[in-house]
Amino acid sequence: MLQVISLLLENKPGALMRVTGLLSQRGYNIESLTVARTLDPELSRMTIVVDVDSVQRQQVIKQMNKLINVLQATDLTDSPAVVRELVLVRIRMPQESRTAVLKEAEIFGGRVVDSSTEGFAIEATGDPEKLGEFIDVMNSYGEIEVTRSGALAIGLEAKKLRLQPPVPTKTKMEEFVD
Amino acid sequence: MLVECLVREGVDCLFGYPGGVTIPFYDVLYDHPLRHVLVRHEENAAFAAEGYARATGKVGVCCATSGPGATNLTTGLVDAMMDSIPVVAITGQVTSKLIGSDAFQEADTFGITRPCTKHNYLVKRLEDLAQTIHEAFYVAGSGRPGPVLVDVTKDVLQAQGHYQQVTAIHLPGYRVFTEGHTGQVRRAAQLVQEAQRPLVYGGGGIIAAGTAKELREFVELADLPAVLTLMGLGGLASEHPNFISMPGMHGSYAANMALTNCDLLIALGVRFDDRVTGRLAAFAPHAKVIHVDIDPAEIGKNRAPDVPIVGDVKRVLVKLNKLLAESGNAPDETLRAARRAWWHRIRQWKQEHPFDVVTSDTEIKPQHLMAEIDRISGGQAIVASDVGQHQMWAAQLVRFNEPRLWLSSGGLGSMGFGIPAAIGAQFARPDKLVFAIVGDGGFQMSIPELSTIASNGLPIKIVVMNNGHLGMVRQWQTLFYNNRLSAVELDGFPDVEKLAAAYGFKGRIIDKPWELAPALEEAVAEPGPYLLNVKVTPFECVYPMVPAGSGLEEMVLGPPQPVAVPAK
Ligand SMILES: Cc1ncc(C[n+]2csc(CCOP(=O)(O)OP(=O)(O)O)c2C)c(N)n1
Ligand SMILES: [Mg+2]
Repeated sequence: MLQVISLLLENKPGALMRVTGLLSQRGYNIESLTVARTLDPELSRMTIVVDVDSVQRQQVIKQMNKLINVLQATDLTDSPAVVRELVLVRIRMPQESRTAVLKEAEIFGGRVVDSSTEGFAIEATGDPEKLGEFIDVMNSYGEIEVTRSGALAIGLEAKKLRLQPPVPTKTKMEEFVD
Repeated sequence: MLVECLVREGVDCLFGYPGGVTIPFYDVLYDHPLRHVLVRHEENAAFAAEGYARATGKVGVCCATSGPGATNLTTGLVDAMMDSIPVVAITGQVTSKLIGSDAFQEADTFGITRPCTKHNYLVKRLEDLAQTIHEAFYVAGSGRPGPVLVDVTKDVLQAQGHYQQVTAIHLPGYRVFTEGHTGQVRRAAQLVQEAQRPLVYGGGGIIAAGTAKELREFVELADLPAVLTLMGLGGLASEHPNFISMPGMHGSYAANMALTNCDLLIALGVRFDDRVTGRLAAFAPHAKVIHVDIDPAEIGKNRAPDVPIVGDVKRVLVKLNKLLAESGNAPDETLRAARRAWWHRIRQWKQEHPFDVVTSDTEIKPQHLMAEIDRISGGQAIVASDVGQHQMWAAQLVRFNEPRLWLSSGGLGSMGFGIPAAIGAQFARPDKLVFAIVGDGGFQMSIPELSTIASNGLPIKIVVMNNGHLGMVRQWQTLFYNNRLSAVELDGFPDVEKLAAAYGFKGRIIDKPWELAPALEEAVAEPGPYLLNVKVTPFECVYPMVPAGSGLEEMVLGPPQPVAVPAK
């Protein structure tokens, strides 16, 4: 089944590699992955959708939490959350279908961002399943090319962030003077 | 600056091999008291650091140059990862300006070692160096220990600068859970008191937590039988009356039967590894499970526990012991009778099928060799093993009355581990008698280190259990592939007397059972290193054996006909 994970991670070199490496190392298939900075430029927020069987879900979260650069891994699959995706579709179709395509796009809340004699470029956002339908419909009108952003998710309940406080070093200090 | 960071971490010895980009580091070592041990291959630097760490509990340190030096370290890093051994590896990297240009001896060490380490770093600025090194030691040694690698560019190694005091480690995403949940510990104590057929199943976590004392108190307070995994041997003295033995694929009949029949499994610092559990569904099928581990991801990974406790085994045992000692609950007569009956069954299983010490009048049996080593060690010597049949026989038959005596590559099963691990251990414990028990296959992976042993005058006793084969693979081919022996014969084994002589120490070959005891005694009496090649019967198999994918109860007790063990 598909599991939606929201990760808050430190924006350190290699942090992304650790997350993707862990997923492939443990045999979890990545459906989609998006990442961008948060308000705090030192942190990034990542939304990952993985395909795992339900008994593995907890294990995925625990493994993510073990990564030192990960501050919080949250499973949003069953908790109240909004999941959205952006899709960009370029469509080429015969002249006579232009109005029909525009109508359909409107039904899905799509917006034309480029128009030419050959067709349109349309952007649409929504939940990933809905967008799938949108793409199917567009496909029935002509030749399309599609780019999807992958799911972005935000939990609707604030989750307390538990961080490790700094630990004093136990290094030997006395004997070294230089 | 790097050397200063290491000294401040209390490092007294490191294992390494230099190269182009690490020359600046070695230049500082030139007139510095910090002891550097030159190994003969970087893989062995990592294994030796592990040996040091395994024998002491302190962080072991190894270093290598960029490119091939760093890639050679990886096996040892993965080995440390699998067995949760604290190691810090320092590697040189090409000058930061050259990174990404396919410069000479450039390799993406940071990328390559990501899955080989608990955490890793690339340091490109001098001002990050001290903080990073101290973080590395903290991460390696805390929580569930493991290897941490710090890749340092040549310009940083070369740069001059004053060491700035690092006062705190700030890793907000690195949570270490040590205190077990009090309510859960209370539930655990209650289950321990109520169980009719309880069993302790302890592992490497006992050793890592340094909690042998609390474990002994625990089993004595509640009179619990205990099995210890390959990684946990010595966590409870082998001679302790409550110790059954090692369970698992080559575990004892009694240990595996106890696991199969217990009604409460107290799992302490273990990970329900497949080599221990056999087919999971048949593992401790009647038992409630208490699982204590410092790593939350281990809990429920393979077996869902009834009482999960995330915490340091030591702290949890201290709490548990306090509860057990203070509770006034005296068991009623039914429970006492049930416990007596349980102990009775365990003793019977132990008697019915102990680990066999097979001997012969004409040939040396492998088990005989291990029994002799055991006699000489008396549960006190450090034994570093390699991987294969000899490892299993040693684990079965050599006693370890203290933790950190038995050093063995468990999770990764890396051949070539034994001799370098013994080197690390002997540096850590110069006072101890150290055996390296290796197979004729693994020995040949480590021959270069005979030179390290010789040049440092390490009095390690290397015992080659020579069966002329890659014995463990041969055993599987015999048992499961119609005895079609493919690529397992080891012809051309060197004459160890000449080999040892070439390195300047003593060696001897024996193949008669009556030579065994005197030869081992001679080896131990020798003040320097000793290489003993013991020719044993070539076609022995290690028993009991639980075939891969079977339940523990389906163990095969011995040749020639598999003996099915009746269900209880
Ligand atoms: C580096 C490495 N390569 C291959 C193996 C697979 N393997 C496991 S045991 C074994 C045989 C070891 O032979 P030997 O060292 O003679 O020990 P024996 O089993 O005969 O005691 C092999 C090849 C391994 N564990 N490690
Ligand atoms: Mg062999």
